[in-house]
Amino acid sequence: MSHAIEAARPAQTSAWQMYRAMVGVGVVCGLLIVGVFQATLPIIERNKAEALRSAIFHVLPHATTSTTFRLDESGGFSAVEGDSAKGQLVYAGYDDEHALVGLAVEAQGMGYQDVIRLIYGYSFADEAIIGIQVLDSKETPGLGDKIENDTDFLANFERLDVALGEDSMALANAIVPVRHGEKTHPWEVDGITGATISSKAIAKILDGSAQYWVPRIQRNLEALQGGE
Amino acid sequence: MAASTKSSTDEFIKGLWKENPVFVQVLGMCPALAVSNSARNALAMGLATAFVLVMSNMVVSSLRRFIPKEVRIATYILVIATFVTLVDYVIQAISLDLYKALGAFISLIVVNCLILGRAEAFASKNTVVRSTLDGLGMGIGFAFALFSIGAVREIFGSGSLFGMQLFHDRFQDWVVMILPSGGFFTLAAWLLLFNWVKQRKLRGEDAGALALSEEAAR
Repeated sequence: MSHAIEAARPAQTSAWQMYRAMVGVGVVCGLLIVGVFQATLPIIERNKAEALRSAIFHVLPHATTSTTFRLDESGGFSAVEGDSAKGQLVYAGYDDEHALVGLAVEAQGMGYQDVIRLIYGYSFADEAIIGIQVLDSKETPGLGDKIENDTDFLANFERLDVALGEDSMALANAIVPVRHGEKTHPWEVDGITGATISSKAIAKILDGSAQYWVPRIQRNLEALQGGE
Repeated sequence: MAASTKSSTDEFIKGLWKENPVFVQVLGMCPALAVSNSARNALAMGLATAFVLVMSNMVVSSLRRFIPKEVRIATYILVIATFVTLVDYVIQAISLDLYKALGAFISLIVVNCLILGRAEAFASKNTVVRSTLDGLGMGIGFAFALFSIGAVREIFGSGSLFGMQLFHDRFQDWVVMILPSGGFFTLAAWLLLFNWVKQRKLRGEDAGALALSEEAAR
C-alpha cells in the first residue's frame, strides 16, 4: 500500500535546484536593475532639478532669478552653487531689480499613503505663504490627490498667515486645518471633503516647516537680501 | 510549416480583439479604471504594461525548463517586478510629469493579473516565439483598450484629445467622465459594444448554418 502511494507521488525537486533557479534569476534581475538605475540616474536627477526650478518660480511668481542658500550650523545662511548641493536648503527669489521677493522652502511629512513632499513660497512683505506645489505624493488617485489640483484648497495658500509672535521665536498662530467651509482666520487651512487626512497632512507639514524656518529666515534677512 | 505560421499569427491576433484582456477577459481592471482619465495617461500605462508583458513572457518561456514548479510563481513575480522597476526608472527619465500622473500604478503593474496569468497559463508551456507573440498581442490589446477608455473620457470630460481642444469654448465639460465613476460608465459602454458585436456575429453564424441546413434538406 505504502509502495503504491510512493509510486504515485511525483518526483521531488531538490532544494539545490530550487535554490539555483531563485538565486540565478535574482542575481541577473539585480544586475539588470542596477545597470538601468545607473544609466537613468543622471537624467532623472536633471529632470528633478528642472522640476524644482520650475516649482520655485511657481510658488514665487514675481521672482525671475533664484539663489540657493544653505543653513549653517551657526544658524546663518550661505549661498551655494550647483544643483547637487546638500544640507538644509532654501531658495531665495529675486525680481528684475534684484530685490528679494521671497523664499521657496521644501517641506515633507507623512500623508495618507506615503510621504508628501512639497515646496512653498514665503513672502516677507506679507508675512505669509503665497503658494505651494506638491513635488511628490502617492495619495489616493481621485481622492487624496486633490491636494495637488483642487482650486478651493489651493486658494488657502494664496495668503496663509505665518507672522511671527512677539518673541520672534515661533509663529503667532499655528497653521491649523479646519473642516471644509469653516475657515474664519487667515492661518487656518480649509480642508477637502473626501481627502481629510491628506489636507490635514498638508497643514501639519506647513506648520512644522514654517515654525522652524520663518524665525531663522527673519533673523537672517540681510544675508538673504544680499544674495544677488 | 504553414500551419505553424498561421498558429503563431493567431497567437498574436487573439489578444487584440477576440480575447482582448480588458473588454473580453475583464483583467487588469485597476489601472484600466484608475489611470484612464486622459488618453496620454492611458496610452502610457498601456504601453508600460505591454512592455512588461512581452519581456516577462519572453523570459519565463526561455527559463521554463530551468525553473522548478515549486518556485515558479515566486520566480515569475521576481522577473515581472524587475521589468516593472526598469519601466519605473525609464518613465522617470522620460517625463517626471508623466511619472507623477501614473503615480503608484506603475509599481502596481507587478500585481496586474494579466501579466502573471499569461506567464503561468501560456509562457510557461510554450516556445519563446509563441510566448512573445502572445505577450505582444495581449499587450497591444490592453494598450488599445486603455486608450479607448482614456480617449472617450478625455473627449467628454475635458473636451480634448492628447491635450488638444476639440470643441468650441461653449462646450460644457462632463466632469463626471474624468472622475472615477466616469471610468465605470465608459468601461460599461465599451463592454456593451463588444458584447453586442459578439452577439450579432453569433446570430449571423447561426442564421447562416440554419439556411445551409434548410437548403440541404430540400
